Amino acid sequence: MGNQQISPQKTAGIVIKKRLGSSGMEPILFNTFNTIFMIILVTVTLYPFLNTIAVSFNAGNDTIRGGIYLWPRIWTTQNYKAVFVTGTIYDAFWVSVARTVLSTILNIFLTTMLAYTLSRKEYVFRKSITVIFVLTMYFSAGLIPGYFLIKNLHLLNSFWVYVLPSMVSAFNMIVIRTYIGTIPESLLESAKIDGAGDFKIFIRIIFPLCKPVLATVALFVAVGAWNSWFDAFLYTSSRQELSTLQYELMKLLSSTMNSNSNPNVAAGVGMNQNSAQAMVTPLSIRAAVTIVASVPILVVYPFMQKYFVVGLNVGSVKE
Amino acid sequence: MDEILAEKKVVRHPKKKKQPITWDLIKSQNQLVWMSVPLLLYIILFAYVPVWGWTMAFQDYRPGRAFNDQKWVGFKQFKFLLTDDNFLRVLRNTFAMGLINLILGFVTAIVLALLLNEIRKVFWKRAVQTISYLPHFLSWIIVTGIVATSLSINDGIVNIVLMKLHLIREPILWLSEGKYFWGIVGASHVWKEVGWNTIIYLAAIASVDPALYEAAEIDGANRYKKMRFVTLPGIKATIVILLIMSVGHVLEAGFEVQYLLGNGLIVDWSETIDIFVLKYGIAQGNYSLATAGGIFKTVVSITLLLFANWTAKRLGEERLL
Repeated sequence: MGNQQISPQKTAGIVIKKRLGSSGMEPILFNTFNTIFMIILVTVTLYPFLNTIAVSFNAGNDTIRGGIYLWPRIWTTQNYKAVFVTGTIYDAFWVSVARTVLSTILNIFLTTMLAYTLSRKEYVFRKSITVIFVLTMYFSAGLIPGYFLIKNLHLLNSFWVYVLPSMVSAFNMIVIRTYIGTIPESLLESAKIDGAGDFKIFIRIIFPLCKPVLATVALFVAVGAWNSWFDAFLYTSSRQELSTLQYELMKLLSSTMNSNSNPNVAAGVGMNQNSAQAMVTPLSIRAAVTIVASVPILVVYPFMQKYFVVGLNVGSVKE
Repeated sequence: MDEILAEKKVVRHPKKKKQPITWDLIKSQNQLVWMSVPLLLYIILFAYVPVWGWTMAFQDYRPGRAFNDQKWVGFKQFKFLLTDDNFLRVLRNTFAMGLINLILGFVTAIVLALLLNEIRKVFWKRAVQTISYLPHFLSWIIVTGIVATSLSINDGIVNIVLMKLHLIREPILWLSEGKYFWGIVGASHVWKEVGWNTIIYLAAIASVDPALYEAAEIDGANRYKKMRFVTLPGIKATIVILLIMSVGHVLEAGFEVQYLLGNGLIVDWSETIDIFVLKYGIAQGNYSLATAGGIFKTVVSITLLLFANWTAKRLGEERLL
């Protein structure tokens, strides 16, 4: 404890150890209550997801009978086969992959480049450009004017409508700029003495050094791109080959919700004749698509945890 | 070589009070200019140019007519909105759900952060945290699908559990009755975001001075008292700042949940301003009215934000703008 320079995490650990010292019935009661509460929280969070997995592996016509909880009753991979064989959902999957990869790469590169220029204190337009970007966080022209812009730019029914309107984000720029601010100035200065221009410094020094914060921002951008459906709904809905996975999922959702009383009615939506056997229903397909749509993210995020916690705090403090 | 020297000079002597912007200075920073000005033009095109479209709200806009041939009607669209029962209902729904989300979101996140902080076993704490972040990464499409499934009358887990606990006698048609809808939206938001929202509070709790806990302990404070008199005051500043920041977003009650979960039976309770705009604008082609609705929302939001900012200043907190 004699150490004067202790990080918040470490001190928290010490506090915890200290408080473990208190004894008596009261802590036991509290711990029991707290543990039960956390178990309920974990259950409520995980159950719907585990249930969806069970339904996705259960024969569709059997699911309608009800009673599927955590384990499939009639095991099948037919639902997944239907997802990956049929035209529409399979194509949509790849459109989603393409837009996510492209958006993430462009966004990271351009936003970091902007953040670097706006971190240079000597830059003449630093203030004005920063203000113009920051203001975009507080207002938007709205749905209709935005729609007209896309229309006038001839982006309706084009793949690029998924990528172009969201290439740079003010919030991410601030997060990255704050991080760049922690890089020692001397590093950049010595590069300048060696004759490196700003672009070279950005590519060779800033970009590699920003990896932790870029991991966070990349995760946020990728999740946003992967999860969005409204642009597909609004701008490209008349071209089926541009549909995204989330938009297909939305169509499945509306078809199953509207046929809530009689799930058999909507059979055949989102499937071709090949898979429209009795085994597969919109409900079971929806479960499979849900899993396909969420697994890529769920595999990645636990490993990014330590990064995004830092990134989020930087962003919130400096906003 | 000149260029490098010039840049170096600037770095060495960061501007001495209002350095005039000269052509030479801009030229010496041409790389920075090339790296940022195209992006500036980009954001002006995508964020500022569309604001021109607000003129539609003051016209009887007809597609295909030249701008000069449009009929100007002043505030007619806004007057119509503010006397239209439909819009007033939509406004009420937006405010109500925004407020419910705000309050529920705050209370649950703070309580969860306090309780998470009391977990001793590091591994268990990490595991609960990681799991609680999970729904944040799911899209609203997936979440509404989960909500609809859970609330289903046939086989929904909510009805099953409530029946098992003998709290209800027969399954409730949750999504067919307007009186439940706001609560369902609030609960969905909590389910999706509560874990994620604890991140900032946990960071704030971690930075509370441990000496305060020790002092409290010496004074004989038990766990509740430490929570009440040390932890909570310690994170008060964070709470206030976040609360103020959220006030500007009250009208962002959400669009996706209401659009996806809403149905004909409960439309009076589920429609928000965004859905109104979508319905009148895109579906019915009444662009002027829809744009007016959008402007109304933006203006109210900015007013709330400025008010919040002013309050923050009065309270001596860090300002946002």
